[in-house]
Amino acid sequence: MIRKPLVSIVSAGLSKFGRLEGMYGREIFAEAAKEAFERCPNLNPAKDIEALFVGHMGESYEHQGHTGPTLADWAGLLPKPAMRLESACASSGVALRTGIFAILSGMHDVVMVGGVEKMTHRTTSEVTEFLAMASDFPFEQWHGITFPGLYALMATAHMHKYGTTEEQMALVAVKNHHNGALNPKAHMQKEITLEKAMSSRVIAWPLKLYDCSLITDGASCLILTRPDLAKKFTDTPIHIIGSGQASDAIGLYEREELSTLNAGRLAGQEAYKMAGVKPKDLDVAEVHDCFTIAEIIAYEDLGLCKPGKGGSLVEKGATTLDGEIPVNTSGGLKSKGHPVGATGTAQAYELYLQLTGQADRRQVSGVEIGLSHNVGGSGATATVHIYRRE
Amino acid sequence: MSETRPFTMESFYKFVSERKLVAAKCNECGTMLLPPRPVCTKCLSTDFKWVELKGKGKLLSYTVIHVSPVQFQSMAPYTVGILELEDGPHLPGMIRGVKSEKIRVGMDLKVDFDTSIPAQWPLWPRYFFSLPRSPHGSS
Repeated sequence: MIRKPLVSIVSAGLSKFGRLEGMYGREIFAEAAKEAFERCPNLNPAKDIEALFVGHMGESYEHQGHTGPTLADWAGLLPKPAMRLESACASSGVALRTGIFAILSGMHDVVMVGGVEKMTHRTTSEVTEFLAMASDFPFEQWHGITFPGLYALMATAHMHKYGTTEEQMALVAVKNHHNGALNPKAHMQKEITLEKAMSSRVIAWPLKLYDCSLITDGASCLILTRPDLAKKFTDTPIHIIGSGQASDAIGLYEREELSTLNAGRLAGQEAYKMAGVKPKDLDVAEVHDCFTIAEIIAYEDLGLCKPGKGGSLVEKGATTLDGEIPVNTSGGLKSKGHPVGATGTAQAYELYLQLTGQADRRQVSGVEIGLSHNVGGSGATATVHIYRRE
Repeated sequence: MSETRPFTMESFYKFVSERKLVAAKCNECGTMLLPPRPVCTKCLSTDFKWVELKGKGKLLSYTVIHVSPVQFQSMAPYTVGILELEDGPHLPGMIRGVKSEKIRVGMDLKVDFDTSIPAQWPLWPRYFFSLPRSPHGSS
């Protein structure tokens, strides 16, 4: 039985994703906040929003910490309390969950959650180094292991254990670029062929350029409220009915099994149980495809298929826009882009569009229930949220 | 080993500078901790002993890194992997002296030491993985 909502989303905003030259992260966040405010004319932001929770991964990109009040200021929310949550690439998935806590606790009735990252002004080598800070320093970074390297280690293990192929991974990229080409806010709005993906340069074998998500600038946000107050703000609220989160060792090498993310599995199980839904009930999902192998592992960890069958699931087209369970209709991290701190609530933004019928050329028909899956680091943090329409 | 060094990662790397691969073994519950930790994650004991590991293992997974952080650019492309040590723990590190096309999941590798970096936090000497010496000299 589907359970009652934890909280309701009454509005959502997303900046353009891409190379936003000459803009600071806080300026990009203001663009996302403006959209959320304009979508919801019944909301008086400075008066109604009681607190801000934002995901932001790294001070290194802009030499700027203390992100909470900075974003509150640029969104016009001073003097409301604001805090920044850091959980690597799951920062805003965790910010969303923290916003849910704030409402369920009774402390706040209306909160804004979101995230931001400004990355593209840095060189690829610098970004590689900054992202690696979310992995273990003494045993991983110190030995030259990068983020693509960690997911490549998972890919090699998955290929060895299950026979997953480089072509199957490339098909994830082809699918997500197809979806991203339909998303006017995506970073890279162009289709790619399997041949192009397979012949792209090696980043960390077996992962090639088109197996990797993009280095992107962007921001995202949601306005959450108590379900009984939602109709005051909108006729079409989207309800969050399940929330799960789990942790794992920061070092990939400390884990028993390299071909699955235990935190992702546990967060999924918790969210499904809370929501009272099963994987077969999902109509649409946004999963954390920081690398193509990560989407294949996510299918398995979230029960969309059996362990080891993720490669064949994408091969048979089950996760395309017109498949049984469309995954990453937004284009995913792969094509929409991955401004790391913004990703968790950007996934929720896509589900908000899908569940309110506003996803335009990538709209899936008859969408009732959606899921988002946001992973930090090589899987030391994972959050899963389940949404349903009014 | 009768050693009284603190059960920290710095101690681990000081042993590396002496060409020794060690783990902390809990005297209460027997858990082998690598990285060593000051408190046992299984039983909360702080009573450990250092054990020297054989430094042999099987390769669980590997990758060849082409795009590296700034400080590793002169070495790229280089190969890293995760070793399942015969003594139990897993250890990540670079694989040196083996052509990437010869590397296979499941192959035997041994732990070796590069002590060219002095042991002073945060710079530590590195261990790495290489082919074990074959009695026939074929490897």
